[in-house]
Amino acid sequence: MSQFQQNVELIRTESMTRDVVRLTFHAPDIAATAHPGQFIMVQTTTTGNDPLLRRPFSIHQVNNNGALQILFKVLGRGTELLAKRQEGEFVSLLGPLGKGFTLDNGDASCLIGGGMGIAPMLFLAHSLRRQGKTPTVILGARTGDELVPLLADFQQLGVVVQAVTNDGSFGSHGFVTDIFKDIHFPAHSINPIVYTCGPRPMMAAIFLQCQHKNLSCQVSMETTMACGIGACLGCAIPLKSGGYAHVCADGPVFSAKDLLWNL
Amino acid sequence: MEPVTVDGKAFAPREGNSSQVDLRVNIGSLQLQNPVMTASGTFGYAREFEDFVNLQRLGAVVVKGISLSPRAGNPPPRVVETACGMLNAIGLENVGVERFISDKMPNLSVLGVPVIVNILGDSVEEYQEIARRLAEVESIAAIEVNISCPNVKKGGVAFGTDPQMAAAVTQAVKGVSRAPVIVKLSPNVTDISLMARAVAEAGADAVSLINTLIGMAIDLPTRRPRLANVIGGLSGPAIKPVALRMVYQVAQTVSIPVIGVGGIASADDALEFLLAGASAVQVGTANLVNPRTSEEVVAGISAYFRQHHIASVRDWIGALQVS
Repeated sequence: MSQFQQNVELIRTESMTRDVVRLTFHAPDIAATAHPGQFIMVQTTTTGNDPLLRRPFSIHQVNNNGALQILFKVLGRGTELLAKRQEGEFVSLLGPLGKGFTLDNGDASCLIGGGMGIAPMLFLAHSLRRQGKTPTVILGARTGDELVPLLADFQQLGVVVQAVTNDGSFGSHGFVTDIFKDIHFPAHSINPIVYTCGPRPMMAAIFLQCQHKNLSCQVSMETTMACGIGACLGCAIPLKSGGYAHVCADGPVFSAKDLLWNL
Repeated sequence: MEPVTVDGKAFAPREGNSSQVDLRVNIGSLQLQNPVMTASGTFGYAREFEDFVNLQRLGAVVVKGISLSPRAGNPPPRVVETACGMLNAIGLENVGVERFISDKMPNLSVLGVPVIVNILGDSVEEYQEIARRLAEVESIAAIEVNISCPNVKKGGVAFGTDPQMAAAVTQAVKGVSRAPVIVKLSPNVTDISLMARAVAEAGADAVSLINTLIGMAIDLPTRRPRLANVIGGLSGPAIKPVALRMVYQVAQTVSIPVIGVGGIASADDALEFLLAGASAVQVGTANLVNPRTSEEVVAGISAYFRQHHIASVRDWIGALQVS
């Protein structure tokens, strides 16, 4: 397992919505070794100590030409500064980090992304398609504005996306859980698996449904992080068995049954 | 060859054109190839940094604090960013001394860099018991004693805020330790020189300072503390001036080596601490931002000395000009 710390060129910035940004870096070493569900730590500024810490982002997409994308919503000073970085500038990345999704088990799968949790689902869908699998994809957002700009990339992979918005402005009206409850894997599927990333209550609700359907469920967790490499132990998350795991090194992808959900 | 003057102070130049500068320093009986270490709790058990740092270039690594029994640590959130720094309340999560010796030490002892083990406890007896077990491990270069922990038997007053308690821990650890004993001082006291003198008289081979400054952050929209533990330790560039002042004061007070810690993120920062009287430095929070910092600091000190014709780091230590 190799990790890289590199200054890489920001080759493209895209405003997906008023506050959602997609950045594309030329990062061939990280892109070549990254696995779906892994993340990178990004330095938001080139100078100064404020904000001090890097910000973690799951990898949205990579390609064979060394491009690596992240997708994020501007929420605070760090993301605000990062969103203002210009094409042609160099940005310090650390990655690929953490443990990603497990792809080798299951011949049927369902990908469920909510809000910015959609980000890692594109990379995952791509990898599953390369294995010849056709995952069911459910994507949810608050409004259609946040969802529509992301659909084309999924559709390009030849997967059918079931879209749902909380305000009903695009796709079905409701939540991803409303769609997921009507999803049934074929009776003959071997080890069907559900992958999800999104707000914590959403993932908890999906996990609950998975338990009822007797499906294994992998969740990608988000926490505040300082180092991203397992050194500071700041990103603790409680385990069902007691004690804590660390999102950066033990995750960010976990088997949902191993975590303490307070359902 | 003419003496070289740097900021008004004359240094003996090294003969010839050698690009090598002598960075060796002594911490008690321990000799280090250079004065740059990593600070406990910011470098894991070193393996986490192998992809980024050539560990053999460092003076020493100080590993995450070890207690007698494993500790699970505090509930999250454990870290929060603040202006030019961060607060942490990790809660001293660690695998305990047994598993440290069986699981971590075999990896650490083959890294080719001196390993300093940070220890912590709830009582004088606990500190001593950890030190006793570590004394059986040949490859440990030194023990660093974290005295910023509460003394459970004395109503939770931190060892590091009471000179008698700090001296008692120092004496107990020193009595059983084979390796040199460094005592890491807490800055959360009125007079840190008093604490330094107390542990020096109790037999400490060196002191390291400063540990984190106790702080707090509040989330206005939710009206809640931003750490689950409510309060935590402030580190990073924000605390550097405080650390530098305390290192300067302690270096004037005690004759044992002083190791400077607090907000060091560059060779310039490290050079300032050495000027103020530190015999060595530790890089802490900067490791979390740029994992290569410690190695870059070593290279930067070397380059600075070459450029300014400083033959040995020992000529630089404590050379601050206060007129």
